[in-house]
Amino acid sequence: MQPLEDIKTKIREALPELECVIGWEKSWTPLTATPLFMRAPEDVDRLIWGPFNVNNPATYLTGFKGKKIGILVKGCDSRSVVQLLQENLVKREDLTIFGLPCKGVLDVSKVVAKIGDPGMVKSAELNGDVLQVATNKGATDIPFSEVMADKCVACQYHNAIISDHFAGDPLPPSMKPDPAEEQLAALAALAPAELFEHWAGVMDKCIRCYACRNACPMCVCRDHCIAQSRDPHWISQEHTIRDKIMFQMIHALHLAGRCTECGECQRACPVDIPILALRKKLNRVVKETFDYQAGIDSKATPPLFTFQVEEANINERGW
Amino acid sequence: MQTSKFLAEASLGAWLDELAAKAELIVPKRDGNAVVFGPYDPDVPVELSQEATAPPKSIVFPPCEELMHFTQGKDPEDPTKPLLQLEETMPSGRKVVFGARPCGARGFTIFDPVFGSGEIRDPYYEARRADTAFITLACAESGAACFCHWVGSGPADATGSDVLLIPVEGGYVAEAITEKGAELVASSLLTEADANADAVEAFRKKVTEALEPAPALDAAPESLLAIFDDMDFWGAISSKCISCGACTYLCPTCYCFNFTDESRGMEGKRLRTWDNCMSFQFTQEASGHNPRPTKGHRLKNRVGHKFSYYPGLHEGAFACCGCGRCIKSCPAGVDIREIVLAAMAHAKSAGKEQAHD
Repeated sequence: MQPLEDIKTKIREALPELECVIGWEKSWTPLTATPLFMRAPEDVDRLIWGPFNVNNPATYLTGFKGKKIGILVKGCDSRSVVQLLQENLVKREDLTIFGLPCKGVLDVSKVVAKIGDPGMVKSAELNGDVLQVATNKGATDIPFSEVMADKCVACQYHNAIISDHFAGDPLPPSMKPDPAEEQLAALAALAPAELFEHWAGVMDKCIRCYACRNACPMCVCRDHCIAQSRDPHWISQEHTIRDKIMFQMIHALHLAGRCTECGECQRACPVDIPILALRKKLNRVVKETFDYQAGIDSKATPPLFTFQVEEANINERGW
Repeated sequence: MQTSKFLAEASLGAWLDELAAKAELIVPKRDGNAVVFGPYDPDVPVELSQEATAPPKSIVFPPCEELMHFTQGKDPEDPTKPLLQLEETMPSGRKVVFGARPCGARGFTIFDPVFGSGEIRDPYYEARRADTAFITLACAESGAACFCHWVGSGPADATGSDVLLIPVEGGYVAEAITEKGAELVASSLLTEADANADAVEAFRKKVTEALEPAPALDAAPESLLAIFDDMDFWGAISSKCISCGACTYLCPTCYCFNFTDESRGMEGKRLRTWDNCMSFQFTQEASGHNPRPTKGHRLKNRVGHKFSYYPGLHEGAFACCGCGRCIKSCPAGVDIREIVLAAMAHAKSAGKEQAHD
């Protein structure tokens, strides 16, 4: 793949000035790639590009504060980078951004729902529009459209929004309807008690590992999270649905108008809890109220970082 | 102590009903893509086709348990004298865990020397451990994340199980490993197994031969100590770790815990909850100092504890049963096998360099 080779050359050229460049390499399973931290020129040989590059490398950026680092991004990842820049959490001059056009990534959960135990996958390859998966039970051909991540179906940003080096021909925005709308409409149709029952039901199996929080590129409190604080003591360590939901609410509210909907929270969940819907819902509220979308314009101020004395879409006094 | 019985596939449901009548029966069930242990329900299928997403750890070592209940008050005769009433909450009730894989049951043999022997014993753990029996299913196939044979186990390892089920044509051979197990297989639903002896032998041979050769980890304990201070190594190897607790909470052998008191008014409870060494708060001291300030320090502890410090204290046994859940469920694809091998290789090359100096 020529664009990948071109970007590898660019990375090798830039590497001497950088702490590392974050990308992807093959992992223990052919179903997913794993983050690669290229520090030496030979590391660049292991770089791969394609539908298995699901992780969002922007998650690691704040961990390198004060260091010059490089990052290879998909379009959606670049939105997280932009949002981090907007919030002044990373400095533009510290970043060297590499980009390649992305045709969409896999939702491993969708594949697992079709083939079963991911540990039994022997090989997985995308051939045209077909994902060919071989397991201990034999080979299966799955149309890629059936196992593509929801965020990719209606993706408007296949190419890095911001980059220093971009290789390959930019792809046009997708024209398909966003599958999230249907999911959110179904949740919105529930009565409050039913909605609560839904969340209580899905949160029951939460193991409180905080993978959702730590995989989130915008969750930047990191070691000082309210979920593990005794003072203030908002959440206890009890294994109750109440405490589990409380944490999700806090996480979702802190992401309102900041979440770039990369889906890492839900992907990281080891027990597959569909928590992305909470963030999506809040983002739609922000969009309606402030006509704002996170991670699009590095010069814009996120709406909850500022205020207008009179907000156009908020009738505060009610008269 | 080993008796073998045959259980026909068709009798499985009836046997489970029988077991459920005698004790609280806990089985793996499907929940979306995840397989989780929960109370047996005759109307919900038992999911045996794959290793459960979470091991049966929580049944003997719950994620959160109330250790005691306390009520504070004042002596009405002498109001300057505070009163404290303590009530311990000891667990009770027989449990049978059906359908765990050998690695899941073997995990408790790592817990036992820590909680259930020596001078300091944990009565809560001991009570649950004594009251719980494991009917384990041998693995017909190993997955890409499995490495039980690296750490001295195998797909048909009976260590930690009370009954081991070996799949054979038309059902299972149930091998009673302990006295508890012998009681469980003493049912009229289970019949003579002698005719299946060859099939059991063939199964063991097949699953063992199917394993990739395991690297020798004998040098791991010493290697990990040798590179303890090499934070460049640990910083680099932990780069992709996101420092969440998925690996520890899904690990059948991770046993670290924390205590917190939750009070409302004059009443409260003392809780024991799982803790995880990947969390910043794990070793944070009251002064604010943290001896493990970075994820590199924390991952070093996790790997070091399993492959060096624990074996140093407990006759060389690794605190890992090789189930691969930490690999499978890691959102970032951290592979503990790679880290142990890299640590051994690094210690070897660092040792050589020193020899040249």
